[in-house]
Amino acid sequence: MLGEGIIKGMAETARNFAGSYVSKGRLTTVQYPEERVTPKEATRDFPFLVYDGKDREAGLRCVACQICEKECPPQCIYIVKDTVRKPDYVGKMQFQPKVFDIDISVCMSCQICVEVCPFDAIKMDVEFELSTADRFEGLLLHKAELSKSNEYYREIHPAEAAEIDGRLAAEKAKVEAKARAEAAAKAKAAAAPKPVAAPSPTPVLAGAG
Amino acid sequence: MVEIADQIFVILKHWLVDFAPAQWQPVVSAVLSVAALIIVFATLFAITTVLERKGLGRMQNRYGPNRVGPYGLLQPLADGLKALTKEDVVPRRADKVVHFLAPLVLVVPVFLTLAVVPMGRNLVAIDLDAGVLFFFAVGAATELSVFMAGWSSRNKYSVLGAMRAIAQMISYEVPLILSTVAVIMIAGSLSPVRIVEAQAGYPDGLPGWFVLTPWGLAGFILFLISGMAESNRSPFDLPEGESEIIAGYYTEYSGFKFALFFLGEYIGMFAISGLAITLFLGGWHSPFPGPEWIPSYVWFFAKLLALIALSIWVRGTLPRLRIDQLMNFAWKFMLPMALANVLAAGVWHFMPPGIVRWVVCSILIVGVYAALGRALIQSGGIARRTYEYAD
Repeated sequence: MLGEGIIKGMAETARNFAGSYVSKGRLTTVQYPEERVTPKEATRDFPFLVYDGKDREAGLRCVACQICEKECPPQCIYIVKDTVRKPDYVGKMQFQPKVFDIDISVCMSCQICVEVCPFDAIKMDVEFELSTADRFEGLLLHKAELSKSNEYYREIHPAEAAEIDGRLAAEKAKVEAKARAEAAAKAKAAAAPKPVAAPSPTPVLAGAG
Repeated sequence: MVEIADQIFVILKHWLVDFAPAQWQPVVSAVLSVAALIIVFATLFAITTVLERKGLGRMQNRYGPNRVGPYGLLQPLADGLKALTKEDVVPRRADKVVHFLAPLVLVVPVFLTLAVVPMGRNLVAIDLDAGVLFFFAVGAATELSVFMAGWSSRNKYSVLGAMRAIAQMISYEVPLILSTVAVIMIAGSLSPVRIVEAQAGYPDGLPGWFVLTPWGLAGFILFLISGMAESNRSPFDLPEGESEIIAGYYTEYSGFKFALFFLGEYIGMFAISGLAITLFLGGWHSPFPGPEWIPSYVWFFAKLLALIALSIWVRGTLPRLRIDQLMNFAWKFMLPMALANVLAAGVWHFMPPGIVRWVVCSILIVGVYAALGRALIQSGGIARRTYEYAD
C-alpha cells in the first residue's frame, strides 16, 4: 500500500525522539568542556622534549644531534647547537640544544621525529587545547615550553615510558659495570697509562647503541 | 469573567482605539492588528526555530542547541544578533533593486495572509467575505519573490533553485486549492470566519470538525502535503537543497536578508497551518464540550503548535524528493486524489445524514487511493528508480 514506508519511518523517528529522553545510552554526545573522555593510551598530537630529574635544562635528554630536524617532513623543527657540553644520563659529555623550536602550526603529527630519535628525547604529547590569539608566536613552541618531565611522560603513555625507562636503566647499568671492570683492571695494572675519559668526537653516534 | 478572558485582546484593542480621534480610528485599529500579528508570529518563529533544532536533534539522538541560556532557549537571540551583524554582500553583477526587494516581497505577503486567519472568537484582523480567496491570491506572491531572488542574483544555482521552486509551487497550488474547494462546497462560504462557525457544535459527541469526515480527513492530508510543498518544507525542500544547489534561490543572500527569507518561510508555514486549522480542524473551537474557561485563542495556538510539531516530525523523517518524483507525485497522485475528494464532498452533501454516506464516501476515497497507489507503484512513477549503468 502506498504510504506504508512513511508510517514506518515516522514511528522510527518518534521512537528515537522519546527514547532520547528515557535512555541516556542513546545520547552519545560528550558535553565537552564539562565532560571529558580519558584519552586512550595511543593518543598523540604534537612532540615534546623529555627531561630526567628536576632540572629541565640539565636533565634534557636531547643532545642536539639534529636528526629530527633533518627528518621532519614539513620542516617544522629548528635547532641551534650549544657550544658547551654537559654530561648525559650515563655521564658521557654531550652537546645540548641552545634553541629548540617546533612550529606546531606546521607540524603534521607524523611522529617521524620520535621514530628517528636515538636518545628517546622527543616524544608525543596528548595536550590538545592549544588555541591561542597569536597565530604566529603563540603556535611556535620554544625549548622552555617543549621540555616536560619524564614523570609527565610516564603519566600520559605509561606502557611506552616503562619500556624506555627499563632500556635506559639497563644501558646505564651496563656502562657502570664496564666502568667498574675498567677501574678494577686499572687497579690491577697500576703502572698502565690512564684511560682517556673524553667523549667521542661524534656525539651523533655516541650512546646510540 | 470567562467572557473577558476569551475576548481580552478584542476589548484591549477597542479600548486603545477609543483614545484616537474619530477619523484616525480605522488606521489605528489596522496598525494595532498588524503590530500584534507581527509580534506574535515573529516570537513564534523564534521559539519554533529553537524547538525545531532541539526536536530534530532528539530524533537523531543528539542534544541539539544547549549552550545559549538555560537549555539553549536563548539560541534565537544569538542567531538574530549574528544575522544582524553579518556583512550584507550583494553580488557585483546582481540586479540590485530586485535583489533588495525579493525578501520584502516574500515577508509582506505571508504576513498579509495571516490577516484573514481567525485565531479566536472575534479575533481576526480582517473578516473578508472572500478570505480564503484572498489567502491564496496573496500567498501566490511568494512565488514571485522566489523567482525575483533567483533571477536577480545572477547565479546558476539561484536560477536553478528558483526554477525548481516555481515548478513545485505551481504544481502543488492545484491540489492545495482543490482540497480547499471541498470545504468551501460544504461550508458554502469563502469566509474563514463562516467556515469556522460551520464546524461548531458536537454532533454525536464528536466535534463537528471537517477533519472527522471521510472527505475532510483526505482533504486535510492532501492540504498538509501540498501546504508543506508550498512553504518549501522538507521533504519538499528541493528549491534550497543544500547538497544539490547550495541554498537554491537564496544562495547570494547574506546577513539580515537571509534571515528575512528564513522568517518568511516559517511565517508561510504558520499561515498554511493556520488555514489548515481553520478549514479542517475547527479553528478555535475546543475539541470537547467541557472546559468553557479555556480561551478560544489557546485552542487555536495549541493546534498550530501541534501542526508545527508534525511538520518538524516529517522533516526529521523523510529524505528530500527527487524532482521527477515530486512532479509525478503532484500530477499523478495529488491531483486525482483532490478531484476524487471534491467528488466525495459532493456525494456527502447530497446524501442524507447517516452511516450510509459515511460508507459511500469512505469507499470512494479509499478505492481511488488504493487504485492510484497500485497504478503508481506498478508504472514506476513514484517507485524506486533502477539505474541502468550504475552497477
